[in-house]
Amino acid sequence: MDAILLQILNGIDKGSAYALIALGLTLVFGTLGVVNFAHGALFMLGAFCAVTLQKFLTLSKITIDPTRLDFLGKPAKIKTPYVEAWFGEAAGQAIINWSVPLAILFAIPVMFLVGVIMERGLIRHFYKRPHADQILVTFGLAIVLQEIIKAIYGANPIQMSAPDELQGVANMGAALGLKLSYPIWRIVYFCFAVVIIGSVFAFLKFTTFGMVVRAGMADRETVGLLGIDIDRRFTFMFGVAAAVAGVAGVMYTPINPPNYHWGMDFLVISFVVVVVGGMGSLGGAVLAGFMLGVLEAFASTTWATTTIPGINQIVIYLVAIIILLTLPRGLLGRKGVMEE
Amino acid sequence: MSEIKATRRGVLKSGIVLGAGVAMPTVLTRPAAAAYMNEPTGSSVTLGFNVPQTGPYADEGADELRAYKLAVEHLNGGGDGGMMNTFSSKALKGNGILGKKVEYVTGDTQTKSDAARASAKSMIEKDGVVMVTGGSSSGVAIAVQGLCQEAGIIFMAGLTHSNDTTGKDKKANGFRHFFNGYMSGAALAPVLEKMYGSDRRAYHLTADYTWGWTQQESIAKATEGKGWTTVNNVLTPLATTDFSSYVAPVLNSDADVLVLNHYGGNMINSLTSAVQFGLRDKMVNNKNFEIVVPLYSRLMARGAGENVKGIFGSTNWHWSLPDAGSKAFVKSFGEAYGFPPSQAAHTVYCQTLLYADACERAGTFNPCGVAEALEGFKFDGLGNGETEYRAEDHQCFKDVLVVKGKENPTSEFDVLEVVEVTPRAQVEYAVDHPMFAGGDLGTCNPGA
Repeated sequence: MDAILLQILNGIDKGSAYALIALGLTLVFGTLGVVNFAHGALFMLGAFCAVTLQKFLTLSKITIDPTRLDFLGKPAKIKTPYVEAWFGEAAGQAIINWSVPLAILFAIPVMFLVGVIMERGLIRHFYKRPHADQILVTFGLAIVLQEIIKAIYGANPIQMSAPDELQGVANMGAALGLKLSYPIWRIVYFCFAVVIIGSVFAFLKFTTFGMVVRAGMADRETVGLLGIDIDRRFTFMFGVAAAVAGVAGVMYTPINPPNYHWGMDFLVISFVVVVVGGMGSLGGAVLAGFMLGVLEAFASTTWATTTIPGINQIVIYLVAIIILLTLPRGLLGRKGVMEE
Repeated sequence: MSEIKATRRGVLKSGIVLGAGVAMPTVLTRPAAAAYMNEPTGSSVTLGFNVPQTGPYADEGADELRAYKLAVEHLNGGGDGGMMNTFSSKALKGNGILGKKVEYVTGDTQTKSDAARASAKSMIEKDGVVMVTGGSSSGVAIAVQGLCQEAGIIFMAGLTHSNDTTGKDKKANGFRHFFNGYMSGAALAPVLEKMYGSDRRAYHLTADYTWGWTQQESIAKATEGKGWTTVNNVLTPLATTDFSSYVAPVLNSDADVLVLNHYGGNMINSLTSAVQFGLRDKMVNNKNFEIVVPLYSRLMARGAGENVKGIFGSTNWHWSLPDAGSKAFVKSFGEAYGFPPSQAAHTVYCQTLLYADACERAGTFNPCGVAEALEGFKFDGLGNGETEYRAEDHQCFKDVLVVKGKENPTSEFDVLEVVEVTPRAQVEYAVDHPMFAGGDLGTCNPGA
């Protein structure tokens, strides 16, 4: 029982990341009709916003300590972060300790700007082109972005830490008498994902801006005929989607050390999530994200992999095939989307 | 006069035949006048450095490339000479190899066997290299070693730890300086027994490819020999990034040790997941839960950060070793690049010097002459103490280091501490040992 609950938690946690990426991916598709294969790279760029901020906060002044020697036997260089020098040791260490949550504040404007530049500078030229062209150009862009990150930060994963206060495990099943220890930061990540997903839905549902966007998603031409500049709103939504992917990446860094290849690692699976959920369906993307996350977690158990070797590698695609055969529009797909 | 009828089917057939002919590998051919493959005729000789410049082991590849460049500089008489000054063989003069200036070309293996073979093939055919060396993966090493055997070129393996490289996949043209999974197990098991006792239950997570399989088998056999029980072994795909699904079942098993048969990014990610799930603070069977990483590298230990503290593993070499050879190499490398070399850098530097030395002693670049000079060659002064290239399988035998993640590092490079230098006798095995059986070294191929 404990093992099953643990895998459900694992799946929900993984599903949180899938849902956050797929939400942005389907939002872009629903508004602009673009299949953005660079969306995974935005998740990766968000993670590297956290890495950049951490590197910035740990920029250090170097002093020579003649009492200590370095690996060559020369007087050692001692690094003291500037933030500790400026704000005092305790405050400086606290800022560095909380660098990942702080990176959200840094990543939101940066990623929004990246999204807007990407849409205005490149993707808008492909609106009227076939989906194949859009996929090619955005996939190419994803490769360019990952190579830039690799050139700057190298190929090895970079260790990032959650704040000390949010490390360790919490006993989730104490009230039920279960031994269900689960990492605190993963619980934080799930709660964070719920807040972000809820915020995006609330924004689209309850604000005038959101209502116009939804109207545009349903019938772009009519909204345009009413004299509303829907393109500008859609550009804004592209920025929002990029920011959502970015903060999802930021918060994921203590769970898995980020590397330049993250975008590709998450892209294919997120695309499957969008298709299973229903192209352009925000609710479908979230539902499919969590569902496939849980399925993948169960398929990775020892029992599953010994019963059907390799099932963990194919389960998502297997389920995608079954769902698309029975529900061709996906779980919550709308009629008319990607259909002639 | 006969009439030639050109049909669509006929043209297609001809095209296929012509295409197949053009695409036929020319790697097995050589100029008729040459005595052996890529015999150097000018004033220089070219070596091929085939390392991962992209992909998951690119940082390791970059360090290898730095060491190769340093080795070439030293062979050509530049710099401070590095380990050439401490090497027991004095055949190298600092005037290149056999009087020819050493030049090099580089290739990118991408840590993919097909890309590595294509890159090595290009070096052999287009650049005329006399030797190919490098790699940071056993899959790649075995693939390139096979190619070099077919081509008649010496292959000096880089970072490859699978038993198979000098076991069932050994080749007469291939030589490995790096240690292997069996040696890791033989060195680690006594230390693990001493530290954690003989009544332990181990759960293995293993990278699903040749290196992972052979390392897991080696560690399991060695620890079982000390009384441990192997509870489970779960194979994890190489592309896995989130190991939480694999780590979570460990919590509910009755294992009290987790062995991570992972390397590079895999190891960083799996160890991070294990620590996140609180395994290091857990008590099972009234014992502290322990994690073991059988193959350590400083680069990946640094990547794993705080998580490696107190965790045992093994390594081929470490920059903190006090012998003259290690000190000379650390000094050369450190002054050139500003940080100490990794074990990957060390092994490829040694391999370059060993190849050059063998050419000098043999008086030829002929792969068969070089192989003969390397077989059974005993040397010292290259950082691992007395070492021998065993003739029967082309594996180097030397002391093995058991290391531990340092509790109180004094610098960003000071992440591992050497806890034991396991003597060569303890890690040696018979050529026909079951873990290495099934292969045939074959005979040297000069490409003729």
